[in-house]
Amino acid sequence: MTFSTMLSTMSVGILRTFAIFSLTLLGSLPLGFLVYFGRNSRLTFTVPWLNLRFRPISLLVRVYIAIMRGTPLMLQLLVWYFGPYYLWGASIRGYRFTAIILAFVFNYAAYFAEIYRGGIESIPAGQYEAAEVLGYTKSQTFFHIILPQVVKRVIPAVTNEVITLVKDTSMAFTLAYNEIFSIAKQIAASQTSFMPFVIAGVFYFVANYVVAFGMERIEKALSYYQ
Amino acid sequence: MNVLTINHAKKSFDELGVLHDISMTVDEGEVVSVIGPSGSGKSTLLRCATFLETLDAGEIIYMGKKAAQNDENGKAVYVKDLNPFRAAFGLVFQQFNLFPHRSVWQNVTDAPLRVQKRDKDEVAETAKNLLAKLGLAEKGDAYPCQLSGGQQQRVSIARALAMKPEILFFDEPTSALDPELTGEVLRVIRQLAEEKMTMVIVTHEMDFARAVSDRVIFMDGGVIVEQGDPNEVLVNPTQERTRQFLKSYQA
Repeated sequence: MTFSTMLSTMSVGILRTFAIFSLTLLGSLPLGFLVYFGRNSRLTFTVPWLNLRFRPISLLVRVYIAIMRGTPLMLQLLVWYFGPYYLWGASIRGYRFTAIILAFVFNYAAYFAEIYRGGIESIPAGQYEAAEVLGYTKSQTFFHIILPQVVKRVIPAVTNEVITLVKDTSMAFTLAYNEIFSIAKQIAASQTSFMPFVIAGVFYFVANYVVAFGMERIEKALSYYQ
Repeated sequence: MNVLTINHAKKSFDELGVLHDISMTVDEGEVVSVIGPSGSGKSTLLRCATFLETLDAGEIIYMGKKAAQNDENGKAVYVKDLNPFRAAFGLVFQQFNLFPHRSVWQNVTDAPLRVQKRDKDEVAETAKNLLAKLGLAEKGDAYPCQLSGGQQQRVSIARALAMKPEILFFDEPTSALDPELTGEVLRVIRQLAEEKMTMVIVTHEMDFARAVSDRVIFMDGGVIVEQGDPNEVLVNPTQERTRQFLKSYQA
């Protein structure tokens, strides 16, 4: 197999890798906010005869975050894909890509939620107080005063996650999904060539270089204030 | 006319009493300074008056309208919508609390536009005049981080004034400033006093309080120990506790 055939075979995988990457971000960046708000939920249940007070939503979300961060993403991929079959005997035909996206989105949302939480909690109380005294509503305060400052503060941490995601897409290999890493592995085995790994490596490196460059631009654009 | 009346205000944090039965009034055009050692409750009083803290008991009345009053159990109950009352006052913080991601101009104009929904041209005119008056005419496009502490505090005064409040509260407005920057902020407050702006100023600047105030309130241990003409309270106090406090300043 010539080098150019290898490249063109692998380029299909690049598209699939990109699909995982972009759909994961599209889903997990906003979902992270929902997770943050869930974790922060003050809804409280009281069980009087047990003298027990707890926050069901917050508790549930904390358990979810603990599982997402506490178990390997590779394991989560397998559970998302094969779980429906083992649990309910459901057919999983044609479900592979959906399972991958679900696994990635829910995993990354947990991390993003914690990043958002760090950012939101780092905003000084004085910002809320100033907004309150000026008569801003809660949602005006969040969207106009707090959120823009949070975005700036979380960008370095989000950049880290996005870069990790570029590389983590290779875990779709576990479910035999033909993204670039899986294809590289196949060609390497069939052609007994090391070259596919080099190509895959260069691809991940360049992709992350672009990510880092883009995020740096955003950081720069937000550096007009401290 | 009374701009602000506080009756029998009580407040504790976790059993620790901070305000014990405080009553005070502020008349239109009056400048009242609140002095006292740290922990005396003067900042808490200001935070209660601006609804940043809630009273356990007592009344808060702005312009004759009750924002909070006691229920039959003697517990303070606030009206549902406090925003009409918030429109009556402005608060200048010790730490300025400007919005760092917004320019000076946006800091001053955003709340009048977004919260009060006032006319765009009128707000622009008001902001322009305020910035000029506070010596910030050239600073509209600057961001807070590009300004000195004194300038930032003047912006925060402009931001509060842009809301056209009936009364302006200052919470130790110069305590976070380098000594050489306090003067420019005090000058602005003095200018406002000359224009008969109603103000309540929590401060440690005794000379300033004496020069600018119509009345001085000395607080200690959550009560008003004495109050009156600044030359009386700060020069010939009737209470031993006040004398001790003032002495600690001279030493």
